[in-house]
Amino acid sequence: MAVPKIVGIETEYGVSLRGAPDPNPVVASSLLINGYVEQRRVGWDFEDETPGRDARGFARDGAQPPEIETHLVNAVLTNGARYYVDHAHPEYSTPECSDPMQIVRYDKAGERILARSMEASRRLLPAGQEIVVYKNNSDGKGNSYGCHENYLVDRAVPFAVLVRNLIPWFVTRQVFTGAGKVGSENGADPCDYQISQRSDFFEEEVGLETTLKRPIVNTRDEPHADPQKYRRLHVIVGDANLCEVATFLKVGTTAIVLAMIEDGFIDKDLSISSPIAAIRAVSHDPTCGATVDVAELGRCTAVELQWEFLRLGRKYADETGLVAACGTEELGTQVLDRWEAVLGALESDPSSLDGQLDWVTKLELLRAYVERDGLEWRDPKLELLSVQYHDVRPNRSLYEKLVRAGKVERLCAEDSVYAAMADPPESTRAYFRGTCLARWADSVVAANWDSLVLDVGTDPLRRIPMMEPTRGSKEHVAQLFEEVSTPRQLVERLTAS
Amino acid sequence: MPEREQKKKPAPKEREEVVEEDVAATSERGEKLKEGIDDLLDEIDSVLEDNAEEFVRSYVQKGGQ
Repeated sequence: MAVPKIVGIETEYGVSLRGAPDPNPVVASSLLINGYVEQRRVGWDFEDETPGRDARGFARDGAQPPEIETHLVNAVLTNGARYYVDHAHPEYSTPECSDPMQIVRYDKAGERILARSMEASRRLLPAGQEIVVYKNNSDGKGNSYGCHENYLVDRAVPFAVLVRNLIPWFVTRQVFTGAGKVGSENGADPCDYQISQRSDFFEEEVGLETTLKRPIVNTRDEPHADPQKYRRLHVIVGDANLCEVATFLKVGTTAIVLAMIEDGFIDKDLSISSPIAAIRAVSHDPTCGATVDVAELGRCTAVELQWEFLRLGRKYADETGLVAACGTEELGTQVLDRWEAVLGALESDPSSLDGQLDWVTKLELLRAYVERDGLEWRDPKLELLSVQYHDVRPNRSLYEKLVRAGKVERLCAEDSVYAAMADPPESTRAYFRGTCLARWADSVVAANWDSLVLDVGTDPLRRIPMMEPTRGSKEHVAQLFEEVSTPRQLVERLTAS
Repeated sequence: MPEREQKKKPAPKEREEVVEEDVAATSERGEKLKEGIDDLLDEIDSVLEDNAEEFVRSYVQKGGQ
């Protein structure tokens, strides 16, 4: 049966340390995170930088001591997120979110946190050096780094059923999740421009790997929740998105498809033949005309297969509802309507999605340059534009330039994004984690996805398990937090009940 | 820049039959749109990394997940 789609997105950012004689990305990543954490601790005043929120409230919220489990920099933030160094990249994992709009906000908050970190790191670097981060997935030279989604899934669903239904889903959803790039990599056929940053890097259909021979469906089984009840589906095939519409659709539609799989609602065999060749073929055709072989549909385009998923999604909404998938019926309907509009536009005129989807927005920018400057597609300037689109510095990001020019549709108010940098989602266990960190930073010895370790002043340390991702929400624990004033009282109340 | 001149093409021939003021309005809107795009590209030019070739060459990342 479909369980609530608690979701999170982990993003490995590209990182460059400029001006250093021997730039080390691990050191650069550590400096970013330490810089950010230190600023929170001393209560840097952001009042003049961002509107809409009391700077004192923000300053009070401290980022947290390293987890015990690793020697690398690893912080847990008061918004419930994890911010750490992974594979020589700074990585931000959103807190657990309960709907596709909330995840858009927390994913965007991650960009703002990285931007602040770059500012903060200036004080830690010698003159002439600068750390720059990019929210993208490849360097154009065969090196890729990921943006992974995580979805709570019913353990009772056989994994093979997930795999069978998800491969066609992941091969085709890139028509709206792709972030676009110039050229190809990793031995893929040459092309001028392609839809996805990641598709060239997928070499297997199913597997455990994440850094080489990447599989379309990843089998990592680490639920970070009650393993009897849940799986955490770890999706490694997506692109990092800047466009909020793309993130909203990526998560919202995937959540609906997963709910349909859990409820046994997909009654057709939508298997694609040769998925590895198919995922590249779809990515390499920005006209969206590439076709794939689908078991019960025959030869069709990615968009045509998406129409079939949408048709099932509409039927599923009518018969079962979308609360489990999208948090509320209203959000579920928004996902379905936007999905339909986007598929229609992809068929009639993909360029009309300029400002909604990253790959189209970027392509239109590049086309404008090609036209104005008479550039060939191999011109380094186009590749520069293609990378700098993802620059996270507000004054250098080409994406942000387009936002400020009013060319990009936003879904979240900026003050809500600002709040999400410090405050946890209220609807999941991230609320409990974040609130403990905000109130008792010095007493939180370790914080993890599924537990929190508190020092209550006497031995031993007290571990609070959080195996149920929907518990620990504001609704569950706000009253409790009001009634206690120390970690010791909190633990006493929790163990008494 | 000469490249930019290329964009300011006259209205297509088949439009000649349309009432004159409509042509004027349409081409005025078109010009405005292009000016908007040109302004935007100019603004982007001002923040673009100086040396595209050098930037592309040096943008190398360690592989990740």
